Amino acid sequence: MNETLTVLLDALPFVLQGAAVTVTAVVGAMFLGLFIGVPLAVGQVYGGRAVRFVCDTYVWFFRGVPILVLLFLFYFGLFNFIGLNLNAVAAATIVLGMTSGAYQSQIFRGSILSLPKGQLKAARALGMSDALAIRAIILPQALRLSIPGWSNEYSIILKDSALAFVLGASEIMARTHFVASRTYQHLPLYVSAAVLYFLLTWAGVAALRVLEKRVRIKGYVH
Amino acid sequence: MKTNDKTPLMRVQGLSVRLGGREILKSVSLDLYEGEMKVLIGPSGGGKSTLLQCMNYLILSDRGEIELEDRHVDPHNARELCGFRQQVGMIFQDFNLFDHLTAVDNVSIALRKVRGMGKTEARDRAMAELSRVGLSDKARLYPAELSGGQKQRVSIARALAMDPKVMLLDEPTSALDPELVSEVLTVIRSLAQNGMTMVMATHQMGFTRALADEVLFMQEGCIIEQGSPKELLAEGSGTRTLDFCSQILEVEGCTP
Ligand SMILES: Nc1ncnc2c1ncn2[C@@H]1O[C@H](COP(=O)(O)OP(=O)(O)O)[C@@H](O)[C@H]1O
Ligand SMILES: [Mg+2]
Repeated sequence: MNETLTVLLDALPFVLQGAAVTVTAVVGAMFLGLFIGVPLAVGQVYGGRAVRFVCDTYVWFFRGVPILVLLFLFYFGLFNFIGLNLNAVAAATIVLGMTSGAYQSQIFRGSILSLPKGQLKAARALGMSDALAIRAIILPQALRLSIPGWSNEYSIILKDSALAFVLGASEIMARTHFVASRTYQHLPLYVSAAVLYFLLTWAGVAALRVLEKRVRIKGYVH
Repeated sequence: MKTNDKTPLMRVQGLSVRLGGREILKSVSLDLYEGEMKVLIGPSGGGKSTLLQCMNYLILSDRGEIELEDRHVDPHNARELCGFRQQVGMIFQDFNLFDHLTAVDNVSIALRKVRGMGKTEARDRAMAELSRVGLSDKARLYPAELSGGQKQRVSIARALAMDPKVMLLDEPTSALDPELVSEVLTVIRSLAQNGMTMVMATHQMGFTRALADEVLFMQEGCIIEQGSPKELLAEGSGTRTLDFCSQILEVEGCTP
């Protein structure tokens, strides 16, 4: 028992550094997914036939291929092929972000479609271009509505980020595995990793709930 | 109020629209003179909303011409289209306020982003418009905190801020509780008295009698009767308009 505690305490700083790597990758992937997901959603809702086809194809590809396959495909395949020399964490962040973009686009798309149609009409009637109306009227409302879906997406990416371990990214899972394979304290170490993931999920979801309250519009029930 | 000697401010000629395989507007024409108030009435589904939205290019007609001050607009030219729409204000039945913006921001956003006004200038102008519709004290409230009548007055202020030459109003009081109708009609009345050129779809008959220069009765995509409210609504005139109006008045439980 004492030995277990010693191993855990010794491993803690090492694994916590892994948590910093995990959080960096997840936050990076969330933002990359946001920057990819918003134009995808706008393209899917307002785009012409060609734009919709491109957006749909992107979404279907990233939703249809397992993340593990995508990680290998991009890290060992595509990035090498185009001569992009990325470390494992950066590569995993990009792959997670691109995948998340596909999922986030579906969250935003749902939010955009749930807004009353008349808002766009009213904006056009005031002389706004569609681009301006989408930017100034539609997206500020759609993004607010997307926060609950976004926090769900966060918890999913957080868990998917453990897969980056297979590329050799030194995140929580990789470091836990490293210590466990040397000390043979598998059970307590993986329980700790599980608790750590749980705490990160909880903290992120709580933070997004605070954000949701902060940007809430008075009296607005949707 | 009418100035028939001049050329019309806005001219609609032979507007036809097909939607979903059906002919919704069948060659509708009207001439709108400066300072004039035209009222569209007629059964639901007759094409009033479609006509009003066509007049602002929110719906593109298949055939027909729209001219504002003798100028024709190419609706596929974004710059011309936006310029045109700024001059033709639109009021919707269900207000269509921007739910994420306060009343004053609803009014000022187009001033800033379309007109390119500075923040303070736009805000001052928006406040002036809000006070014109009697809502200075509600400027900081969000749409969800306003009553229906207040929302519609904000939407009128929002349209007026763009200095439109024409206002199109699509049943502006139909979504309101009865006790809130008059505050909106009061605002529209004062616009009419100040010489605003307007086309309004409405079933408010008292208002129409008092203020309309011309009544257009629309049914199945055509204007089938038009004339002054006096002519069309005269007792025993036998018009479709009178017939229709006595029906709505009966339902509302009062006499014409
Ligand atoms: N986008 C659309 N597609 C197909 N039919 C439509 C569309 N919009 C309106 N209509 C039809 O056009 C007709 C006229 O509608 P509308 O202009 O709203 O009439 P009103 O305002 O007089 O009630 C109705 O029969 C309606 O069902
Ligand atoms: Mg209508």
